[in-house]
Amino acid sequence: MCWIPGYGGERYAPTRGKRDVTDTARRIPQDGTKSAAPLLRIRDLAVQFETRQGLARVLEGVNLDICRGEIAGLVGETGCGKSVLARSILRIIPQPPGRISQGRILLDGRDLLQLSAAQLRRVRGREISMIFQEPMTSLNPVFTVGNQMQEIVRLHQCMDRKEARAVCLDMLAQVNLPDAREILRKYPHELSGGMRQRVMIAMELSCHPRLLIADEPTTALDVTVQGQVLTILKTLAGRHQVSILLITHDMGVVAQLCDRVAVMYAGQIVEQAGVEHLFAHPAHPYTRGLIGAIPSLEGESALLQTIEGSVPPPTQVPPGCRFHPRCPHRFSPCSREVPPLEAIDSAHAVACHLFASRQGAQHGPAD
Amino acid sequence: MPAAAVEPSRRFREIRLTTGILARNPSALAGAVIIGAMLLTALLAGVLAPFDPIHISLADRLQPPSAAHLFGTDEMGRDILSRIMYGARISLRIGLLVVAVAGGLGTVIGAVSGYLGRWADGVIMRIMDVILSFPSLVLAMALAAALGPSLTNAIMAVAFVMIPKFARLVRGEALAVREKQFVAAARISGEGSLSIIRRHIIPNCLNSVIVLATLAMGETILIAASLSFIGLGAQPPSPEWGAMVSVGRKFIMDQWWYATFPGLFILITVIGFNILGDALRDVLDPRIRR
Amino acid sequence: MVPLIEARRLAKHFPVSGGRWKRSRLLRAVDGVDFSIPAGETLGLVGESGSGKSTVGNLMVGLYAPTAGEVLFKGEKISGIRQHVPAGVRRHIQMVFQDPQSSLNPRMVVRRIVGYPLKVQGLAAGRALDRQVSTVLGEVGLSPEHMYRYPHEFSGGQRQRIGIARALVTAPEFIVFDEPTSALDVSVQAQILNLIRDLQRRYGHTYLFISHDLAVVKMLSHRIAVMYLGRIAESAPARQLFRNPLHPYTQALIASVPLPDPERRRDLAVLGGDIPSPVHLPRGCRFHPRCPQVMPCCRREDPPDITVQAGHSVACHLYSP
Repeated sequence: MCWIPGYGGERYAPTRGKRDVTDTARRIPQDGTKSAAPLLRIRDLAVQFETRQGLARVLEGVNLDICRGEIAGLVGETGCGKSVLARSILRIIPQPPGRISQGRILLDGRDLLQLSAAQLRRVRGREISMIFQEPMTSLNPVFTVGNQMQEIVRLHQCMDRKEARAVCLDMLAQVNLPDAREILRKYPHELSGGMRQRVMIAMELSCHPRLLIADEPTTALDVTVQGQVLTILKTLAGRHQVSILLITHDMGVVAQLCDRVAVMYAGQIVEQAGVEHLFAHPAHPYTRGLIGAIPSLEGESALLQTIEGSVPPPTQVPPGCRFHPRCPHRFSPCSREVPPLEAIDSAHAVACHLFASRQGAQHGPAD
Repeated sequence: MPAAAVEPSRRFREIRLTTGILARNPSALAGAVIIGAMLLTALLAGVLAPFDPIHISLADRLQPPSAAHLFGTDEMGRDILSRIMYGARISLRIGLLVVAVAGGLGTVIGAVSGYLGRWADGVIMRIMDVILSFPSLVLAMALAAALGPSLTNAIMAVAFVMIPKFARLVRGEALAVREKQFVAAARISGEGSLSIIRRHIIPNCLNSVIVLATLAMGETILIAASLSFIGLGAQPPSPEWGAMVSVGRKFIMDQWWYATFPGLFILITVIGFNILGDALRDVLDPRIRR
Repeated sequence: MVPLIEARRLAKHFPVSGGRWKRSRLLRAVDGVDFSIPAGETLGLVGESGSGKSTVGNLMVGLYAPTAGEVLFKGEKISGIRQHVPAGVRRHIQMVFQDPQSSLNPRMVVRRIVGYPLKVQGLAAGRALDRQVSTVLGEVGLSPEHMYRYPHEFSGGQRQRIGIARALVTAPEFIVFDEPTSALDVSVQAQILNLIRDLQRRYGHTYLFISHDLAVVKMLSHRIAVMYLGRIAESAPARQLFRNPLHPYTQALIASVPLPDPERRRDLAVLGGDIPSPVHLPRGCRFHPRCPQVMPCCRREDPPDITVQAGHSVACHLYSP
């Protein structure tokens, strides 16, 4: 028996064959009771990058909660800072140019920004893990898949080679990869993009993290393969009781998978709501524009709604509301004051002067 | 025409941006200062040099460094400092000529080879590989010896051995540029291969060529000095640094200054070009620049 | 009526070396594709990676010479490499590329980029060229003062507008769009799609619009052809393809799209398996290893194109009479 820190004391018992593996799922520390407190709380986070063009305020005043067992979506366009946010959670943004200038990132009340390098290593992979858009960059091309998977499994849970192999086979079966033994023998380049992404999911979930950050996990995949990967992600999240922060630019993926969504624009969260609510009643003009710009698969193909202009570079963010130069509803305070993210409903918050503290007069911009 | 008026000002801005970045990079600045000083020395040798570099004054032979002769004198009583100053003209001229010839030919060869591909690429690159497979100094020596000892022949020999270095680099870049969609767009417009190589391939390889040229300058000066050292380059009266080291070698035990100072200048110049080249590589990298 | 442009049994095979000791194999990127586009219409070509849709685009404009088959422009054979296309026809066939980052030469100003097709083909020079370039920049929503800027000074959407301007400058009749918006964000994509549609309404261009995104293709196309591994699996008028998709692959493709509507969640994993490599094509029907309705004959025979009703054809044994 070996002692596994933070791991309920019991030993991982690999199952044989394709059995349901809920019994191997990680137990939540509080005896399985879901506490109401969010798993991860980000408070007032700001990240800056030093560039030749000047100081880029890539994130500013970001607040975000991720609850236990939920799939939280973070949606935004290129350069809005969503990937930087994800990387800040694990503190893997390149520093010097980047710097987390203020804020707190609390995992179960523990501030990740205060941890030492050694403590942080224990959090990475074991409590929070991450998958990327292109799995080829996170897999080492000169080792076989089996080699790398077993390495990871053994790094985080002490077990011998045979046990680790059993865990790997089990995880590969769970991500619907047929012929797992064969896959373990292969090199990353011998697998297709969809298979590699599934291997990554298997690898990261084999360490039983509490939070999985998925940064555009299906953007590089074809639509039929994307469907497979998204389904696996959703099923396994439920089975292993892992929370997911899903970062994407695709409103369709968000709608199909997430429980709650945060919309980012130019380094700030502009709207946050339950997914049904957000799509039914989008409040922020940017969110409305984003939803209106999606070509529809059904119904008549009319001209698309557009958002004028383009995203400002992070070195030249406009004063006041960062969206105001492109906003069709802008009025005087927009160019002066930064609108705070305020609740307009029990589960709906928006950062827009149109909704600012006007209880009872909450008419959104006309359609 | 407004066209002519606007375009140069943009190009000027581009240059100012580059120099601005260079100025903020300390090692680049150091390299630029060294090279600048060398260039100035070469240009103003006639004004700055205290003595005539080939004036023989046997009375003053093999004097140690003193107030009159800062770097001492050689076996003919010539002032070593003055000879080094005039020597800078020769060494820098060799460097510039070689790099211009080798860089120009190498770029064209590499761009053609990389863009055309197929058999042309195979043939050209095999020839380049053959040249590269000899150590450059040995090949330059053999060539210079075959052509006969003179400075012009030495320059031609060194240029020849430097060509494949440029050709290989440019070919690699050309292979990447060839796949860019603007090349496909040019073909759709009906441009021919030569025009595409000239307008699209070569301009997009130039940054790396400039960096390599700077680095190659150091190597060239070194090879040329080596050739002169063994008597295949600049001939005795002319104050080439390598030739000076070569002669000074005989006196190294008793008159250390004779070989040391020219050697030191070769070293400083080569280092100067190398750090400048390294810094240019960083500055011209568009990924960093953006 | 003669269609403006037509592809007949078009095929393109690339040799791929199979390692030092193995024989080189053929990558069948496009393997017998037929379609025709009437003047003023858009044919949408959808498919996933490896379907050969981009290769078809490159064949249509003559960036590749076809291995077999031919391309006809107004009934006249033009297939072959671009240089051999007669100049009078060449100016009428243009292309807009996928990646606005790589489709513009970073060392040239917009005036040279957009004006060069005119210069090469001897259509305009000097002042006249300047005038035409500034007009066409206006058409795509840029202004004349953008003429002397370099590509890196523009945003992604603006760069794609420059790419479109370069295609438009010779007043072509036929334009191939190869995934013109797949590198852009949704809000910018919407601007570009609207622009492409407006231009067609205004000038009556004929388009071949290539994309992996069904919704984008649907918005612009009169007809849609679905490609899978080098063949057209199904082709039909746009509306009909979505109302009544016949090929199991088309059905799966439509069902795998994540709809931006949380009220209508559905199982997205409609198809298992991966797209096979075009080097190792399955025997019989190319789709049979992934097909949920596979029959014994699918493993043996390649299905022919079956015309189910006027304008709607499908290559699937399920519909053989």
